[in-house]
Amino acid sequence: MILVDFIVSRFNYWIYIILMMMGLFAMIAKKNLIKKLIGMSIFQTAIILFFVSIGVKEGSTIPILAHEAAHDPAHQQAAPLTEKGEGHIQNGKGRDALRAEDYANPLPHVLMLTAIVVGVATLGVGLAVVQKLHQEFGSIEEPEILAKIDSDDG
Amino acid sequence: MRALGTIAVILTGALLLYASGDFPAWGEPYSPANDSRVSRHYILKSFEETSVPNMVTAVLADYRSYDTLFETVVIFTAGIAIISILRGPVDKRVRLRRASEKSLRQSNLILAQTCRLLVPVIQMFALYVIAHGHHSPGGGFQGGVIFGASLILVALSFQLQTALDRISEKRAMILAGIGVLIYSGIGLTCVLLGSNFLDYSVLSKVLPLSAIEARSYGILGVETGVAFTVTAIMFAIYANLSSHGRMKGGL
Repeated sequence: MILVDFIVSRFNYWIYIILMMMGLFAMIAKKNLIKKLIGMSIFQTAIILFFVSIGVKEGSTIPILAHEAAHDPAHQQAAPLTEKGEGHIQNGKGRDALRAEDYANPLPHVLMLTAIVVGVATLGVGLAVVQKLHQEFGSIEEPEILAKIDSDDG
Repeated sequence: MRALGTIAVILTGALLLYASGDFPAWGEPYSPANDSRVSRHYILKSFEETSVPNMVTAVLADYRSYDTLFETVVIFTAGIAIISILRGPVDKRVRLRRASEKSLRQSNLILAQTCRLLVPVIQMFALYVIAHGHHSPGGGFQGGVIFGASLILVALSFQLQTALDRISEKRAMILAGIGVLIYSGIGLTCVLLGSNFLDYSVLSKVLPLSAIEARSYGILGVETGVAFTVTAIMFAIYANLSSHGRMKGGL
């Protein structure tokens, strides 16, 4: 019973660890270079899941202010720009009621936004390298490429 | 290798699972990460300081704008790296394969017409996502990827050449450079106006805006630059990978 509680209250960590280990295993054990890259992608996704799940607060909403919550002098001046979106996210709280507990933590989201971008960039470069290897050696299997390199040297 | 990998993975996994007992429980509002001074400040003060209701956008393009600037540079560098890896002397084997491609040349009518209808809508939506990043989930990265996807859709449902006629590789790379230039240009303008790099509030000296509004519009300008770079690099990555760096034929 204690073990079930332990797992349920921290299931986000379990899922991220399992995903991350799947990715790590693929990177270590698979011989196919594309499969290694897929493993790297799964690894990155696990980290993203970990960070985003850290930012969750029970009963909170997305980190975008509702317009009632956002009324102050600066808002009045910027009216032409901001009034358009009026009412699209409402939770009926006045500005006095602005509490940090009501909004999900924006910082992990920002960090992961950048991590996703780095993920796309590294994946693109990785695919390009694999494609070049395939052009040079006619294979994307690691042992075959290594054998070709050895026979070229010898 | 396989056995060794399994052992290493299981060991690491077990260690991490053991350590997860010390982590805060799921959804805990007062966990160290959620209750930190920085997060609290972003949630409570970011609207007052930048007049941007979307805290993620405010943090991304204002408080952490150095990070985002170099993020944009990373994408730009990745585009250049892919081109310099794949560009090379034309391989004859691949050229022979190109000959069999003629049968694919006639585009499917339904595919072509659907694409014709969809692409403008996708591009409008991409512009909306970029411009509306202050008020809803969105911004330069997301909008840029959507815009890039619309170009990739053209390349997929017609020929790569059809898309390249509209935005050639050279033009795409110029566009990517312009994006980085817009971003760092806004930063440099702030320096020239006598403040810190990327401190948008000083733009109120030259624009008819208050200091807080200037930060909001500075974020918009920066996001536009990001969108340029992301759009161009997404398309350049696709065009290079799908055509083995030769910019013709493709999928």
